[in-house]
Amino acid sequence: MAKTVSPGVLALRKVVEDVYADARTAKAEGKLVGWSSSKFPCELAEAFDLNVMYPENQAAGIAANRDGEIMCKAAEDLGFDNDICGYARISLAYAAGKRASRKLDLETGEYVIDPTSGKPLKDENGNVVIDPETGKPKKDPKTMQPYTVIDDIHEIEALPEGREKELRKAAIKPYRQMQMPQPDFVLCCNNICNCMTKWYENIARMCNIPLIMIDIPYNNTVEVADTNVAYIRSQFDAAIKQLEELTGKKFDEKKFEHACANANRTAQNWLKVCDYLQYKPAPMSGFDLFNHMADVVTARGKTEAADAFELLEQDLEENIKNGTSTLPFPEQYRVMFEGIPCWPKLPNLFKPLKENGVNVTAVVYAPAFGFVYNNMDEMVRAYCKAPNSVCIEQGVDWREGICKANKVDGVLVHYNRSCKPWSGYMAEMQRRFTADLGIPCAGFDGDQADPRNFNEAQYMTRVQGLVEAMEANKTLKEGEDK
Amino acid sequence: MSTEILLNEFKEISEHPYKVLSQYKQEGKKVIGVLPYFAPVELVVAAGMVPMGIWGSNKKTIALAKEYCATFYCTIAQLALEMLLDGTMDQLDGIITPTICDTLRPMSQNIRVAMSEKLPCIFLAHPQYRKPAFGLQFTVDQYTHVKKELEKISGTAITDEALREAIKVMNRSRAARRAFVKLASDHCDVITAVKRSAVLRAAWFMEPVVFAEKLEALNAELAQLPVADWKGKKIVTSGIICDNPKLLQIFDDNQIAIAADDVAQESRSFRVDASEEGDPMMALAQQFADQDYEILLYDEHSSQNRRGEFVANLVKKSGAQGLVLFMQQFCDPEEMEYPYLKKALDEAGVPHIKLGVDQQMRDFGQANTAIQAFAEVL
Repeated sequence: MAKTVSPGVLALRKVVEDVYADARTAKAEGKLVGWSSSKFPCELAEAFDLNVMYPENQAAGIAANRDGEIMCKAAEDLGFDNDICGYARISLAYAAGKRASRKLDLETGEYVIDPTSGKPLKDENGNVVIDPETGKPKKDPKTMQPYTVIDDIHEIEALPEGREKELRKAAIKPYRQMQMPQPDFVLCCNNICNCMTKWYENIARMCNIPLIMIDIPYNNTVEVADTNVAYIRSQFDAAIKQLEELTGKKFDEKKFEHACANANRTAQNWLKVCDYLQYKPAPMSGFDLFNHMADVVTARGKTEAADAFELLEQDLEENIKNGTSTLPFPEQYRVMFEGIPCWPKLPNLFKPLKENGVNVTAVVYAPAFGFVYNNMDEMVRAYCKAPNSVCIEQGVDWREGICKANKVDGVLVHYNRSCKPWSGYMAEMQRRFTADLGIPCAGFDGDQADPRNFNEAQYMTRVQGLVEAMEANKTLKEGEDK
Repeated sequence: MSTEILLNEFKEISEHPYKVLSQYKQEGKKVIGVLPYFAPVELVVAAGMVPMGIWGSNKKTIALAKEYCATFYCTIAQLALEMLLDGTMDQLDGIITPTICDTLRPMSQNIRVAMSEKLPCIFLAHPQYRKPAFGLQFTVDQYTHVKKELEKISGTAITDEALREAIKVMNRSRAARRAFVKLASDHCDVITAVKRSAVLRAAWFMEPVVFAEKLEALNAELAQLPVADWKGKKIVTSGIICDNPKLLQIFDDNQIAIAADDVAQESRSFRVDASEEGDPMMALAQQFADQDYEILLYDEHSSQNRRGEFVANLVKKSGAQGLVLFMQQFCDPEEMEYPYLKKALDEAGVPHIKLGVDQQMRDFGQANTAIQAFAEVL
């Protein structure tokens, strides 16, 4: 994708890196580290200066690092069915102490290289070097990787001090999501889904740690009833009490207000960034937003996240002025990408879109995380509005709003095997998009984290079909315009 | 009435709910469909209407519901929608759609959309914080919504008195079912697995008073019989639902009796009574709060393995030698709880098997082999 990285993107990457690094430092210093669901009211934890990690963000990162499958299988070996959400499986395997590790030869202390890994070796002229013995391209040894195996931190911990222990510790993959500290407490909010409730209960049980729960009942109306607000407000108070007990500190009103102000500013800036996709052609690839989601999830209550989004805004403004874009191809069609991407298969998702000049200019995460509030009751209402906690009318309204504003020509729907509440009413939504907006929709089967559930051939065919339908629509419109 | 006649009546009703529904309609009664789980049927009874449980179907195939659902959805929910779409449920006067699991959340929307011109859909979102005052209040708020919607359908106000009476009726039905489960184990030579299921399933389709009376009569008959001198094996069943006669026939064919169950459609639905005193709406909320050891509900003591240990104990107390878990395909909550259920069973020395099932299964060859092999090791 984009070869040069703008200051805004660099700043956003640093924010997430720092969140993880701070948590590792905190853990090393004996401070508490929590794990939280992505749409738990982070403002509460911020008021206590707690270091919090986000398993959903972690699982997406592990999947994007190609370790989704092996971690999912590790969870299955623990007894978790392969029907369960891929994020949950990855997270539960991790919570149980399982780690994706580089295969070791304990005698030599070296990693065992997978001969099928790596990229072809190229000579100084950029030509692929052929191995005269096999007649096949030679591999560039620098790009070859060790086999991935599952190791267990509890097993490693039980080893006597010495060489094997050190080697196995060092063999655990070094990327940040595989180095996330184990939790001392968990923060669960089930506005995203009810699977979250049992997922976090399992973590609490595995690690024998306290669970702080915020229950947001599913809502059947666009408005959030006062009775729901009262129920959730009371839970905020209960959660604050639990956090006071956990930390031995008093709830700091000022810090809380500061976190709220940051969360609002991050949300506003996130929305502004998302709104740049309204430009035609867009100054960025909509896929970029999926990466920037990490900041909204892990750091929306922090000044740094709000600042970094401001920087990104400046980059995009610059792109508009210069007529440039992070999209590495000319934009011919604009689509809404419905759902979470298939993280392990991002290049495969991108490929046919690139071939057909399709830019993703709308994602439902834009409105879903762009929530702004002025007081505690509004904050409660804001947390009631997660993609899977709202009624179909609200869901359609969000999506059709961004489809119109961002001028999409079609919708690509990910039927995400991992996400039953999300995929559960997509068929009806597809019908509404077509009826209300006159745009074609195409669905494909995939998974946010488990690559075994993605069928590339089907995806390619569906994208092709969508492009043909968008083309036909375009021709028709051009005919009408004449 | 003899045991045999009563059992046949339950069997007929269990196998032909459509006939039962048609009969209620001919009698001029209003009928409310009730989807899983934990809907306060007392409100339906208090409104003078008949609650009719909808737990999918063992006979239908998913066709029309495909217009709404991807393939990876629980067949109970999909077949419930199928029956709403194909006209089987056209005689209903309304339906209650609880949303306690991730499949039922979007399904409540699909049903509302699909039935918009046919049937009033009554939405119900239970709280996961059931016990604190704010949780009880929220349950009351939700049940008040259900009550108002039911009153619109019935055309009459639900009085506290009527509701208290309905609570008494449902408590009576639940008590009869609890007693029956014990008697069915003691008299497993008479109450085979297939017959046991038919009785418990019929409860979802019959008027509660009529059901309670008939079951009390059956219980009285059973109590007269000598306790079975059972030479076969005894097990506990667990899962969301296990009411397919063909599947249960495997138990009967292999001399395996059901000593007790941890099944959502069976004992999990009648473990807890509501208070017959005080504010009846609060009594219903408290009844929901008292539900425990449930895969669908939040456990405040989640760092302990309370549910797993409860089920392991149930097996031991019931005198069963093992547990058969019917894992409903695509049921996240059940699947999420499995590793810790297994842990508790293993620690208690209770052997178990896990069988994957769904309601479109017609061939039980594999289940047969697995159950036979399991019986041999017990």
